[in-house]
Amino acid sequence: MMKTDVVVIGAGAVGCAIARELSKYEVDVIVVDKNEDVGGDASKSNSAIIHTGYDASPGTLESQLVVAANPMFPKLVEDLQVPFKATGAILPAITEEQFEQLPAIKEKAFRNRVYDVEYLTKEQILKMEPNMNPEVRGGLYIPRESIIDPFIYVQALAENANENGVHFLLNTKVTGIQTEDQKIRSVETTGGTIETKYVINAAALYCDEIAAMVGKAEYKVVARRGQFYILDKNTSCKVEHIVLPIPTKVTKGKLMCPTIHGNMLVGPTAEDLNNKTDKSVTADGLASIVEDVRRLVPGVKIGDTITQYSGLRPNRNPEGLHVDIWDDLEGYINLSGVRSTGLTLSAAMGVYVAQLMKEHGCRLVYKENFKNTRKGIRIFHEMSREEQDAVIKENPKYGNIICRCETITEGEIMDAIHRPLGARSMDAVKRRVRAGMGRCQGGFCGPKVIEILAREWKIPVDQVNKNETGSYMVTGKTR
Amino acid sequence: MYEINCDVAVIGAGPAGLSAAVAAKKEGAGKVLLIERDESVGGILQQCIHPGFGLTYFKKELTGPEYAGRFAEEAEALGAEVLLNSMVLEVLPESNQILCANSEYGMTRVTAKSIVLAMGCRERTRANIQIPGTRPSGIYTAGAAQRLVNRQNAMVGKNVVILGSGDIGMIMARRMSLEGAKVLAVVEIMDFLAGLTRNKVQCLDDFGIPLKLKHTITRIAGSRRVEGVYVAQVDENKKPIPKTEEYIACDTLLLSVGLLPENELTRQAEIEISPVTNGPAVNQYMQTSVPSVFACGNVVHVNDLVDNVTTESLQAGKYAALYAMGQLEGEGREVESVTGNNVRYLCPQRLREEKGAKANLFFRVLAPELDVRIEARCQDRVIASKKERRVNPGEMCSIQIPLDDVTDDVIINVVKEA
Amino acid sequence: MKKEIICTVCPMGCRIYVEGTEDSVTSIEGYTCKRGEEYGRQEFLHPVRILTTTVKVEGREDHLLPVRSEQPVPKELLMDCMEVIRKQTVKAPVARYDVIVPDICGCGVNIVATGNIG
Repeated sequence: MMKTDVVVIGAGAVGCAIARELSKYEVDVIVVDKNEDVGGDASKSNSAIIHTGYDASPGTLESQLVVAANPMFPKLVEDLQVPFKATGAILPAITEEQFEQLPAIKEKAFRNRVYDVEYLTKEQILKMEPNMNPEVRGGLYIPRESIIDPFIYVQALAENANENGVHFLLNTKVTGIQTEDQKIRSVETTGGTIETKYVINAAALYCDEIAAMVGKAEYKVVARRGQFYILDKNTSCKVEHIVLPIPTKVTKGKLMCPTIHGNMLVGPTAEDLNNKTDKSVTADGLASIVEDVRRLVPGVKIGDTITQYSGLRPNRNPEGLHVDIWDDLEGYINLSGVRSTGLTLSAAMGVYVAQLMKEHGCRLVYKENFKNTRKGIRIFHEMSREEQDAVIKENPKYGNIICRCETITEGEIMDAIHRPLGARSMDAVKRRVRAGMGRCQGGFCGPKVIEILAREWKIPVDQVNKNETGSYMVTGKTR
Repeated sequence: MYEINCDVAVIGAGPAGLSAAVAAKKEGAGKVLLIERDESVGGILQQCIHPGFGLTYFKKELTGPEYAGRFAEEAEALGAEVLLNSMVLEVLPESNQILCANSEYGMTRVTAKSIVLAMGCRERTRANIQIPGTRPSGIYTAGAAQRLVNRQNAMVGKNVVILGSGDIGMIMARRMSLEGAKVLAVVEIMDFLAGLTRNKVQCLDDFGIPLKLKHTITRIAGSRRVEGVYVAQVDENKKPIPKTEEYIACDTLLLSVGLLPENELTRQAEIEISPVTNGPAVNQYMQTSVPSVFACGNVVHVNDLVDNVTTESLQAGKYAALYAMGQLEGEGREVESVTGNNVRYLCPQRLREEKGAKANLFFRVLAPELDVRIEARCQDRVIASKKERRVNPGEMCSIQIPLDDVTDDVIINVVKEA
Repeated sequence: MKKEIICTVCPMGCRIYVEGTEDSVTSIEGYTCKRGEEYGRQEFLHPVRILTTTVKVEGREDHLLPVRSEQPVPKELLMDCMEVIRKQTVKAPVARYDVIVPDICGCGVNIVATGNIG
């Protein structure tokens, strides 16, 4: 039987941030996730924005954590080498009614302690974003709203946690939790039983099912689907800031923003589902995105789409972010209602959970040899020609370009495979080095990546998956 | 940085690049260098193991590897050199330099007197046509599947639906059938076949594969691997008719929904690109807007017959050689070729007056038509005309025009024969 | 016996209507050229196809040799030929047009390499 101090369930942004925070202390941590890769579900299919919390409900835990997390990012992304850019956000008021809402939004930001929101004139907006709807009357500027590579962010947290001693059990599903005398005793998984003192439920979409295993079924998770478009880097109608609509009572609305790699992201929808699995994109959903975003940026070229995807935000009913701990169940911490702000607040959630554990009697002793930095994958196409020449001479695999669209080399793919918590699937490679994320969507590099994965993991080609078990790429050999 | 100097540098050693290199050598160019990203020459023809190539050019039915092999051997015999495993990252037209990455030599700078772009094309993807549904594994573009099956010894699936009746899609339908897969349907949104009729007969009819014209895929199902697709008939606006929707269980969906010229390098080198073909605009010498840069093959416009690629590429190679030897004037008065009735696009887009010379204008029609006359007009004169029993958007048309006095733009019309 | 045949000789795609018995044509119409007529007769009496596929290369798991039938083979033998070729393995080196399977399925046609393997 495996033995540890803490089991974190879920290797999304929140789970990995908690694991990394705990890896600073002398405690043994195991992270368990049903997926084949770290990165979670909602954490890998969202708008990739680091929010300021300007529009949170003042006084809530969500407001507290998001507002605290945003300023943590510049240092965190430097330590962990995560692509990040503080582009700032623009909230344009197109209609008179929206224009009249601006003071209230600024005041709400103030109550959330976001003090740097500024008014913008029509002229300022059109200068900052020439593609904005020319009918814009004015708006607000939120300087610290930022964009990030959400995949690399979570991978970086996980890799750094792993380098500091945290174990990850991937492709492993939690099937039960054993308690004894109102204390956590062990976690049962498809990979065996883990004896543990603490369980941190960061299972997001499935956190209600985990909570039910310890009899704490006080809420239900409601998957709220968000569909997105990603447009080609070459699209002619771009924006440089995050362009956010003025929220209505029903929804925060659909935005347009650059991704950290220079594509345009457009979306999301917000549809409450009656299941937790339907990650399809729908004709109606996509059409609604186009209609809404055209009000902000009329010239957006949806024809330049390179991919569409949808993510499921783990909303809960009753709503709201909760971190619960119960007197009658020692060692159990339950996180629920982590929504679209989850990517941002994960940075603060680690500290928050660690503090909560301390307050409840857990001895957390700082590790002297904690390593706070993580080396990212060297990106060939960002190097100067001289650096490229040098890196090929050092490792000829960097001279073999596999993904033409994004100029990704075999060297980078090998690094993605062989680094801590290395990539085992096509999507895991894609989310580490972007091979297959360009305009041909893997048409050219896909067959080669299959070959490389089979070779490096020494598995037959039919065992190379797109992502989870069962998502096989090919059925076998022809000869 | 590894340095190579040459007279003519050809980017891409597929059928276009190989033919261009052959023509350049024959024209008398000194050092001709083919730069190829793959580990062997031949380009896409290496995976096109089926017959149907060379009927016009060699008057013989060859397979892809045979067709490419003939040109590869000829290029080699003529002394053209090849730099394999080399991906071009940048073309610098003002200095005629090409930067490429190569595992053996590191970053390599090729300096040439003229450059031929022959990078080919890529396939349109699921996103280009926006099919709703889930994103499981088992969705391949037909060409990617063809590479896996024919070159990498990997079988992509067992029960297959193919979207698009382009030639690659139909050829993969036969290939998959021969390898023991069941091809359940070929679905085509238009009311006519996108590819060649012979491919429908030999690839679909021979294997009893149903062709569903005026149908499209409305949704993809399956969370891990494809589990099925929903297929519906479309109305005259190509919108699915809901009540006609049916579910076809399958594990694989192949997309054969068109090709796009691959012009990342062209764009980055700021060479003028035609918005209709998505390839560089050229004159009859296959010369781009940058006089030292020529282009040929599918990078210019997507062809359906490799024989046409060869014809164009021999031109490109010849004139690139002449340019390198200082025998082709960089500038000259040019007129445009203009699309008239039932013409979608034309190539070359620019024509230079040249006494005693003729040019082949390749074009595609917008809609199928029977018994037509193709005519080229310059001002109010008909300068060339020919009859055609049938024209079809899926099959490239051509007309030869004299360049003696193209004093103004040349308009091509396809008109119904009285 | 009556058959409608779509001519594949050129892109015209003429519909040729052929009537006859197993070994003779009694009527043929719809063709618009000489080659079309020949095709119609052949396709009615004895349809043939060029077969192309791949053969396994010994010791090279991820490499295949492209092959073809030198001449067209009877259409009804395509799958039988595939069965034979599937079991075949070649040893490098192979040159283009080397015979890989002689007289496949006894139909008098050789399967030959269309590529080289060094």
